[in-house]
Amino acid sequence: MLKYLFAKEDDIPQGTAAIFFAVSSIAWFIIGTGLGSFNAAKLAFPDMFHGLYALQFGHMRQVHVHAVIFGWIAMAFAASMMYITPALGNTKLWSEKLGVWNCLLYNVGLCLALALLWSGVTSGREYSDHIWPIDLYIAFVMVVPWCLNVWMTVINRRTQGIYTTNWFFAGCMFMTVIVFLIGNMPEWLHLTGLNEAYMTWWFAHNILGLLITPVAAAITYYIVPKITGNPLYSHRVGHLHFWSIVVFYSTPAAHHLMSSPLPEWLKSFASVEGVLILVPAVAYVCNILLTMQGKWAMFVENIEIKFTITGVLLAIPLNMQGGFQQTRAINWYIHGTGWIVAHAHLALLGFSTFAEAAAIYYGMQVLLRRKLYSASLANFHFWMLLIGFSLYWTSMTIAGLIQGAAKIYEVPYVDVVIAEHPYMIVRWLGGTMVFFGNIVWLYNMIMTARAGDVVPAGRQPAEIAYTR
Amino acid sequence: MAFREYRIGCWMFGVALSLSMFITIVLPGLDISSMSSTKIALEKQLTYGWETGFNYYDPFLQGKDKPIKVTLNKDPKTGAAIDKTDAYVFPAGTHFPDGLTHNNILGGDVQKVSESKGRIGDATEEQGGVFLVQSDANDTPYIEYATATRGWTVDATLKAADQQFLAGSGKTIFVREGCWWCHTLLPEQTQDWESFGRPPLVGDFNGESPTTFGSDRKAPDLLHVGSRNSSREWMTLHFFNPRLVQPHSIMPRYDYLWGTKDHDGKQIDLASWDTHYQRYVSGEEIYAPEVPIPAPNSEARMLIDFVLNLK
Repeated sequence: MLKYLFAKEDDIPQGTAAIFFAVSSIAWFIIGTGLGSFNAAKLAFPDMFHGLYALQFGHMRQVHVHAVIFGWIAMAFAASMMYITPALGNTKLWSEKLGVWNCLLYNVGLCLALALLWSGVTSGREYSDHIWPIDLYIAFVMVVPWCLNVWMTVINRRTQGIYTTNWFFAGCMFMTVIVFLIGNMPEWLHLTGLNEAYMTWWFAHNILGLLITPVAAAITYYIVPKITGNPLYSHRVGHLHFWSIVVFYSTPAAHHLMSSPLPEWLKSFASVEGVLILVPAVAYVCNILLTMQGKWAMFVENIEIKFTITGVLLAIPLNMQGGFQQTRAINWYIHGTGWIVAHAHLALLGFSTFAEAAAIYYGMQVLLRRKLYSASLANFHFWMLLIGFSLYWTSMTIAGLIQGAAKIYEVPYVDVVIAEHPYMIVRWLGGTMVFFGNIVWLYNMIMTARAGDVVPAGRQPAEIAYTR
Repeated sequence: MAFREYRIGCWMFGVALSLSMFITIVLPGLDISSMSSTKIALEKQLTYGWETGFNYYDPFLQGKDKPIKVTLNKDPKTGAAIDKTDAYVFPAGTHFPDGLTHNNILGGDVQKVSESKGRIGDATEEQGGVFLVQSDANDTPYIEYATATRGWTVDATLKAADQQFLAGSGKTIFVREGCWWCHTLLPEQTQDWESFGRPPLVGDFNGESPTTFGSDRKAPDLLHVGSRNSSREWMTLHFFNPRLVQPHSIMPRYDYLWGTKDHDGKQIDLASWDTHYQRYVSGEEIYAPEVPIPAPNSEARMLIDFVLNLK
């Protein structure tokens, strides 16, 4: 990597930035899920790591969250954008050199940000925990150069139209910059009270809704047609998805605070808009699944399609939960319980992660021109992720329902803790499976780079048979 | 040139996003900002001082730059007996909460009465001072700058105090140690009344930062915990090792907040404490080892003060 930092733009091979981002994202995925497993162990057995004062739960909890969101998910997005955007524009990435620097400074910034959170230096706001100097670094050193690279590649494209994936990439990067700068306003402007609490959740909602879910969807809009060879079922439905994301997904922030004393009109408005999230959700899932027509065998045979379609199928329960759990009728029961934790993992570890993993699997093979080293290891990774996630989701959903029941029947809290104990153990096992699956994935990717069969020019990796 | 054919789309995108932000940021901001402070909001501001998250004056969240809450039974100036009164002492240089430095935080009448009767306009951060929370004849809560109205100085008030609560510094520790990842500070409006008490009202938060509502309740809500359990001894045991008082608790031990020396200046040896504790757990010792009383300036004391002050 270092040798390209000061190389001339023309001397840097295409795809370098994407590969660096991809490898970093896998490394952060291992770190993030490792921390998740470590934290989960303490929720099951609080004295398990007693004496390791440097790794207290209250400090490591947010390090896990930011390692997976900024490390794994966002860097996997950056990797995907840096090879998909130019491919769809029939052009080169606007600046590989900017991309390489972006990746380096991204990793440096993330290490710094997580170290500060780890030591307890925090703004005290969930999801916008970073202190404002770090916020500025994230915005202007990590996100703006990335956004610039994507936008300039789209603008300098050599195709007449812009494919669905690229509208999403460009639109979401633009919205991410806006959301990040406005969402961290409370700290810059020293906002206080309910305004601050509301803006905290405005940020949390929009960073999920305008970056993480739509970009994951955009990736699947590329991967599925590319690998199956089917054209996207409908560009018009793609339009519906995009515009309803912009209109409906950017407005329900207040539904995260349904039981707080926010103005009632705001909560009602947010709740109605929250149900309308089903519009982009249904449009998207139908569009992708209909694109699979006649190619369903690939769901079993092809590892990238297996990951992508699993992600898309997980988006169905995700959106059904998301649309309805925030209405007053349901929210009072499950608010603040493990149900929400399960839902958040369904979005990030279910839908989003599976889509990104597919993009990284595919991208690494295309960029390195090498066939995946081992199909067996990839399948092992898939099942570790899926089974681990399912254990996690099921156990946390049940734990959440127990908490919800205890809430209405006024059960003493410690009885809830006792009742949740087995589910905390299962959650820990599930998270640990994901962690070990990811270590296998990193090994498989390293071996692909070193020993994968060469993919001849003009051929797709999916067309080459596995020799191992 | 390349976006020419997408011009309408770009305009639509801009209009949609701007409208969305107008409805979700500007309108709620105007509405929420129009709410007057309740008495609780005034008490919270004076207890917690300026921002509790990362800031210039306490970048490592050690509980610096915070006011001290005291309980008085006599007038610090005259020494005459008075009804039990809570006063909020800001030593010189302590930064004021937003409500004292901006005229749009307290809201309407609260601001007016605080200025006219409470004389908060006379207070400066350089000289510090003592504040009280009062209500006027119309039941409008207001802040009284007792240094100006009654001549209560910082030193005299601290000397006359029966009890000092480092609740402001304690909130810093609460934020830094991530207590709010499991303990919410937001009884829900629907069904939490009986277990966790009255849900907060819209004006209860003016000037507080951060509000640390919490989102994932893995443990009891703490907004009114001081009313449910006011035992300092119980809190001390519970923070040191929650399983001393609640065998099924999954809370981490916060024994490291005791620092190196206890209340009497004796060295604290956490490793040997744990050895005895393990023997106690396995039945080899009859009694659990003694929990040290936290030193007056320890982080444990601050955190306990904060929790006991959550009435």
